Amino acid sequence: MVEEIGKTAEGDLIINVGPQHPATHGVLHLVITLNGETIKKVEPHLGYIHRSIEKMCESLTYRQFIYSTSRMDYLSAHINNHACALTVEKGLGVEIPARAQVIRVLMDELTRIASHELWWGAMAMDLGAFTPFFHAFRERESINDIMEETCGARLTMNYMVPGGVMVDLHPNFQNRVKSFLKLYKQKIHEYDELVTGNIIFQNRMKGVGILSKEAAISYGVTGPAARGSGVSCDIRKLYPYEIYNTLDFEEVLETAGDSYARYLVRLREMNESIKIIEQLIDNIPEGDFQAKTKAVLKLPKGEFYQRVETARGELGVYIVSEGGTTPYRIKFRSPGFSNLSCLDHITRGGKIGDLIASMGTLDLVIPDIDR
Amino acid sequence: MFSLESLTTLVQDWLNKTFPPTIALLFEFVIVGVLAIALFAALGLVLVIMERKVAAWIQIRLGPNRVGPKGMFQSAADTVKLIMKEGLTPDGADKFLFNLAPFIVMMVAMLVLAPIGFAKGFHIWDINIGVLYVSAISSVSVIGILMAGWASNNKYSLLGAMRSGAQMVSYELSVGLSVLSIIVLTGSLNINDIVLSQQTGWWIFKAHIPAIISFVIFIIAVTAETNRAPFDLSEAESELTAGFHTEYSGMKFALFFLAEYINIFIVCAIGATLFLGGWMPFHIGNWESFNHIMDYIPSFLWFFGKTFFLIFLIMWFRWTFPRLRVDQLLNLEWKYLLPISMVNLILMTLIAIKGWHF
Repeated sequence: MVEEIGKTAEGDLIINVGPQHPATHGVLHLVITLNGETIKKVEPHLGYIHRSIEKMCESLTYRQFIYSTSRMDYLSAHINNHACALTVEKGLGVEIPARAQVIRVLMDELTRIASHELWWGAMAMDLGAFTPFFHAFRERESINDIMEETCGARLTMNYMVPGGVMVDLHPNFQNRVKSFLKLYKQKIHEYDELVTGNIIFQNRMKGVGILSKEAAISYGVTGPAARGSGVSCDIRKLYPYEIYNTLDFEEVLETAGDSYARYLVRLREMNESIKIIEQLIDNIPEGDFQAKTKAVLKLPKGEFYQRVETARGELGVYIVSEGGTTPYRIKFRSPGFSNLSCLDHITRGGKIGDLIASMGTLDLVIPDIDR
Repeated sequence: MFSLESLTTLVQDWLNKTFPPTIALLFEFVIVGVLAIALFAALGLVLVIMERKVAAWIQIRLGPNRVGPKGMFQSAADTVKLIMKEGLTPDGADKFLFNLAPFIVMMVAMLVLAPIGFAKGFHIWDINIGVLYVSAISSVSVIGILMAGWASNNKYSLLGAMRSGAQMVSYELSVGLSVLSIIVLTGSLNINDIVLSQQTGWWIFKAHIPAIISFVIFIIAVTAETNRAPFDLSEAESELTAGFHTEYSGMKFALFFLAEYINIFIVCAIGATLFLGGWMPFHIGNWESFNHIMDYIPSFLWFFGKTFFLIFLIMWFRWTFPRLRVDQLLNLEWKYLLPISMVNLILMTLIAIKGWHF
């Protein structure tokens, strides 16, 4: 009756997880080889949401192409836009007004918190707890409201343009952010009570999905996933851009390298972002929100590279210019792609439940991997 | 004390007077069958809407609020939708077993309803081995689940069924042992006798700490046995999409769904009967006047109140805890719950022999 299909020569079961599966958060396709419940091999297959953004960008002008990058890592849309704007500005050699710089950093950090909130809820969902998702969205909604008021959009903001930001801040921005800070501080302890302190949760996370420091470096893992293994890789600290070198914040590091360490890094990173926002929110300088740039931007012949720290890790933007109004070649170094590459390494020998939990702590956004 | 016994005797007497005994018995069968099915359907509807409302309350949202007042008819609308849907049978599936499995699970759930005492003098079947019957029949439902998982010819279903089998077989032991600890005290397997033995107070209060321990173990183990979160490994939405019922649709899926809720009701009813006195009102020893006041509350309200309290507890678990991993689940049972309940049973026996309970 049950045919012997999808089995290896050793009698192991091969299962397709995805491209339509609740735990892959998108259209990721994992081919896993199972011996009973134990995972012997994980093979990610990509390309289900490949939209060839890099190729599309080659036919768009330097002002236009930034908008398509909001659709890469849609949870860090601001930070993607920021990276592209910085690269173009590097080529143009324009000076960014102080106000625009502060606004950009504020938006980046708000995005980072929003992204980590969503990750927190989604990861708890991967572990079978549904309630944290709604609690995370409560706080995330108020960030989205802030974004909506100033940028006019909630997910793909397209707010950062070469030379600064597109429009000035909404007059209500500071009040909104302050009330968000208040809300966040009231509610953050619920995160620990509901999830972090739970004994089932800790048993599921501790000692699972171990990524050593050496492995993290060799797989090119960046962001919170690498910092959970003790790799110091925060671009905001190592290669500061904008005003990050003047701000007081810490690079969060954990050394255990397991899922729990990656979880703690992200939770503490949210607090660091709150710290940055608190430093800046009352000190937004007056002045222009955008530098004066030409209507049609032309980058000089050459190659330009800029990296930023998104919520998921290091995003690099590489532009080759032939001197025209459109880039000759553009390449994004997306954090998700490298982070996904270590999935097989960290889940091999674990159970199916561990695979889902470890994948959750890598915080993958599939459109960011495929682009 | 308010009792439904007069009602049932009235019906029986009238039937026996009007019809010959065989026909009367037949009528009684029909009445009981219809009542059981009606109760079954009503419970399913009520429990589904209750689950959704409890979930909404825990998750700071409103829940269903469109169909009927405060969304109370949502589950009726869902039932209509499920009946209208096409019940697909996948191509590679074993058609006979695939279609049989939901009915087995459903039948088991219905059979277990029989010996439960819903109110004073109101059972379907007052059998002298009631508790044994319940634990024997309820373990048959694992066959239905294994059948569903195997016949679906789907790897997710197979994994889910495998997990479910391992889980239900092991947690059965803890349920059995914690039930036994009450049997030791009452000396009877008859559900009516167990309820009557709690005339002077419920067992959870009368039998010291061992009763509380076995109550806690019972609740944990039945949560696992009914495949509810945090032990919902056989469904494990984020791992196995829907586990053993991945391939089921329409009414066949609805039968699994209903059976799950009925099973929750049954285990909670058993828990309420054994530990919280079933339909017995809250009595304290010799406080005659207090006990008398308590007797004014109808017995079926006591029964359903206790049962729904336990159901709420189990729903609360589901919407709060993350899921265990499969090896942790089995570790919990074999390394912790089973030894604890064994020692607990010995303690309880000692209490029963020495007569230390109240």
